[in-house]
Amino acid sequence: MKSTQQSTLTFECETGNYHTFCPISCVSWLYQKIEDSFFLVIGTKTCGYFLQNAMGVMIFAEPRYAMAELEEGDISAQINDYEELKRLCLQIKRDRNPGVIFWIGTCTTEIIKMDLEGIAPKLEIDINIPIVVARANGLDYAFTQGEDTVLAAMAQRCPDRISKTTYTEKKHKDLILFGSLPNPVVNQLTSELSKQNISISGWLPSSRYSELPIITEESYVVGVNPFLSRTATTLMRRRKTKLIGAPFPIGPDGTRAWIEKICSVLNIQSYGLEEREASIWKTLDKYIQLIKGKSVFFMGDNLLEISLARFLIRCGMIVYEIGIPYMDKRYQGAELALLEKTCYDMNVKQPKIIEKPDNYNQLDRIKDLEPDLVITGMAHANPLEAKGINTKWSVEFTFAQIHGFTNAKDILELITRPLRRNNSLQQMNYNIDS
Amino acid sequence: MKLAYWMYSGPAHIGTLRVASSFKNVHAIMHAPLGDDYFNVMRSMLERDRNFTPVTASIVDRHVLARGSQEKVIYNITRKDQEVNPDLVVLTPTCTSSILQEDLQNFVSRASIETNSDIILADVNHYRVNELQASDRTLEQIVAFYIKKAIQDKTLDETKTKKPSVNIIGILSLGFHSQHDLIELKRLFQDLDIQINQIIPENAYVHNLQLLPKAWFNFVPYRESGLLTAQFLEKEFNMPFIDIIPMGLMNINNFVQSVQSVLRNYNCERNYEMYLQNQNQYVSQAAWFSRSIDCQNLTGKTAIVFGDASHAAAMTKILHAEMHVKVLWSGTYCTHDVTWFKSEVQDICSEILITDDHNIVADMIARTDPNAIFGTQMERHVGKRLNIPCGVISSPVHIQNFPISYKPFLGFEGTNQIADLVYNSFTLGMEDHLLDLFGGHDTIDVLTDTLSSNTEIIWSPQALQELSRIPGFIRGKVKRNTEKFAINKKTYKIDLDIMYEAKEKLGT
Repeated sequence: MKSTQQSTLTFECETGNYHTFCPISCVSWLYQKIEDSFFLVIGTKTCGYFLQNAMGVMIFAEPRYAMAELEEGDISAQINDYEELKRLCLQIKRDRNPGVIFWIGTCTTEIIKMDLEGIAPKLEIDINIPIVVARANGLDYAFTQGEDTVLAAMAQRCPDRISKTTYTEKKHKDLILFGSLPNPVVNQLTSELSKQNISISGWLPSSRYSELPIITEESYVVGVNPFLSRTATTLMRRRKTKLIGAPFPIGPDGTRAWIEKICSVLNIQSYGLEEREASIWKTLDKYIQLIKGKSVFFMGDNLLEISLARFLIRCGMIVYEIGIPYMDKRYQGAELALLEKTCYDMNVKQPKIIEKPDNYNQLDRIKDLEPDLVITGMAHANPLEAKGINTKWSVEFTFAQIHGFTNAKDILELITRPLRRNNSLQQMNYNIDS
Repeated sequence: MKLAYWMYSGPAHIGTLRVASSFKNVHAIMHAPLGDDYFNVMRSMLERDRNFTPVTASIVDRHVLARGSQEKVIYNITRKDQEVNPDLVVLTPTCTSSILQEDLQNFVSRASIETNSDIILADVNHYRVNELQASDRTLEQIVAFYIKKAIQDKTLDETKTKKPSVNIIGILSLGFHSQHDLIELKRLFQDLDIQINQIIPENAYVHNLQLLPKAWFNFVPYRESGLLTAQFLEKEFNMPFIDIIPMGLMNINNFVQSVQSVLRNYNCERNYEMYLQNQNQYVSQAAWFSRSIDCQNLTGKTAIVFGDASHAAAMTKILHAEMHVKVLWSGTYCTHDVTWFKSEVQDICSEILITDDHNIVADMIARTDPNAIFGTQMERHVGKRLNIPCGVISSPVHIQNFPISYKPFLGFEGTNQIADLVYNSFTLGMEDHLLDLFGGHDTIDVLTDTLSSNTEIIWSPQALQELSRIPGFIRGKVKRNTEKFAINKKTYKIDLDIMYEAKEKLGT
């Protein structure tokens, strides 16, 4: 029986008719992460309306972001882009005085071929504020990939020389982590690595633009999130760093594998990880009892899907389908290998990985498979619940703290919430399904 | 380019989608990049819709950019035709697709050869119209399409219903309390003994649109969407329409009188006087409320109003005439409907503000310092920062504007709801006042919660202490006035002397 389960992962690609957030949404967490930044989204009312609605309450808290709303004159090139952007950026400088302005290119700037990368260096000198250009548009990218485009652009801005005064003898080569995480998670992962005698020499992004890490050709880099393939490529090709290909530190299994891989590349003997992992699993037991043997279906919209599926399989769940917007088999190589191994260890079938899924077809499959849990966007969540299918809103995984040993519990809090809720609702046996 | 943080009305395609998805068995296909189908999230979240929103995207990606959509749009239309068998597919351009300048009309004609469903291309220009104007236009477009079709098929039935009847035009999904308003409107027409012929587009079938001319007249509750359709039907079939929003007792009475005179033109004499009197006296508590002692206390209180044209104008009238609250200024973000708005409110408030820039609205609120705000969700937040109570009376909508309980703004029950809203906004201010008079709260940090505070101004500790003795509900005003006074005098340190001087000169 086991032999049939050793088959390798299967990859399929559908039509790409799926629902996800526009990548400009990365503005919402990046402006909070990079405290001295200002994000200017150069686009239309459509972009503005999306941000306004997606960010809900945050919008009222004087966020450090704004739309440069393109008008008819901008589209037909009757107005000079340089002068317009200069006018707006001077206004931003006057009102907010940021340490850096990010220009977020959108679908419209792509189509009218506005030369943001060409204008930025000139304007930067003119107004004396760094301007970083990222093309986070819906023509090319999905949701979290927006952060990838911003970090890739920032990677080019990292200083490259170690000044003599700060240089100290280190036990290992420079290690730089990339991926935007909330500061508490940054601290947790830093402390996790320091237990292994690994010191992080920089983090991309840091909480201020002025504190971008020094990157040299000697540096090692490692990603903390699965959607950062452009950043990884930029760090390797443009900055000549060495990428540590590891699974991502999501779930205790992922975190351990991530640390072990870093240790092995840096030639450091890891210790105590097995016990650490085991002790975390013990704390997860009451959640695992709830989900063991239950099935889950990822519709796919934020690129965290492979890592989450791998963790849930290790928790004893059965994954029917892993939808994912975009699959970089090289950058996620180690994660895919761990997924395969996990399936083998847990003696379950390898799930199908569906790139660029088709939501309509997926709903058909969900109807047939009747999974215990569907992880999906808000567009489908209420309608599926009304049909008696449990759902978990996928976007929460991008905003919740899910990395490292400490936060494994939070992932399962999210996963089990609909199941726990429905257990308690069972006594109220009205038939609301339509 | 325009620097914008927030907008009152959405992009054009949202208006089109609101109309299309309000109909039954109509599917909208957006020609849009990935992520632009955010409308589905709004529908599913805000309205807690149990069904899948009938909107899909034909994704514009890098390949489409390079080679054009080619067969992709046609494929998506024909596929949706087979999958869900809609009566109508509305191909919806977005701002992105409109600059690609693909011949979408050509795709529509080609696809319609193979489909059972009708297909139309929404006629909206993203750079010239907003959500509200687009919804108005799309509804007209769909109605005109089916009327024309019925004329061609010779199925159009123009005979009027036996009893007086009405079409309610412009009830859309994601409208501000519009589901509750609709229930109230149905009740109102039932009371007036008028049949409802068709309600569009909410829950309507497109094949019933040919029945529209059977009604005696049309009714457009909100001017933001539906007016074009009513005008079209007036032109084509000589159907009269009423566009008075029945919000507030005066408007309701005007509305009922208009109904009466429309019916009279059909030689149908109705007298609704007794009905109105009964409703005003017993069903609506608002008229009695205006007489009660509570409302007497509102006399001389000040308020500002901001919102869409329909709601803002009606609210201004209610505050001014039905509650005797002084409306300092009234405004709307419906910049395309200025003439009407001005004509409605110019005699009952001192100033009119027409803008879609929320910063101008916020500054104006800070400057005029009303006792209460009646505005949108944005004004509610301005109110929070300025410590001024706010009642939300208009879209942009928020999840809070989709209450589960019955909360209409229109009709007689609506007047009760509005009375509560107004009264609660002001009593909160009164309570604050009373608490201050009877001690307590004197430790409130007075340096917070103002928009106009200028960091250059320094208050001496004595002046601050004095300021904290001033009752909370006027404290912000005193602070701002004193600061303005100091700035005018080019003094940037406020001590007791300056404070008293300001008080004397300004009478605050």
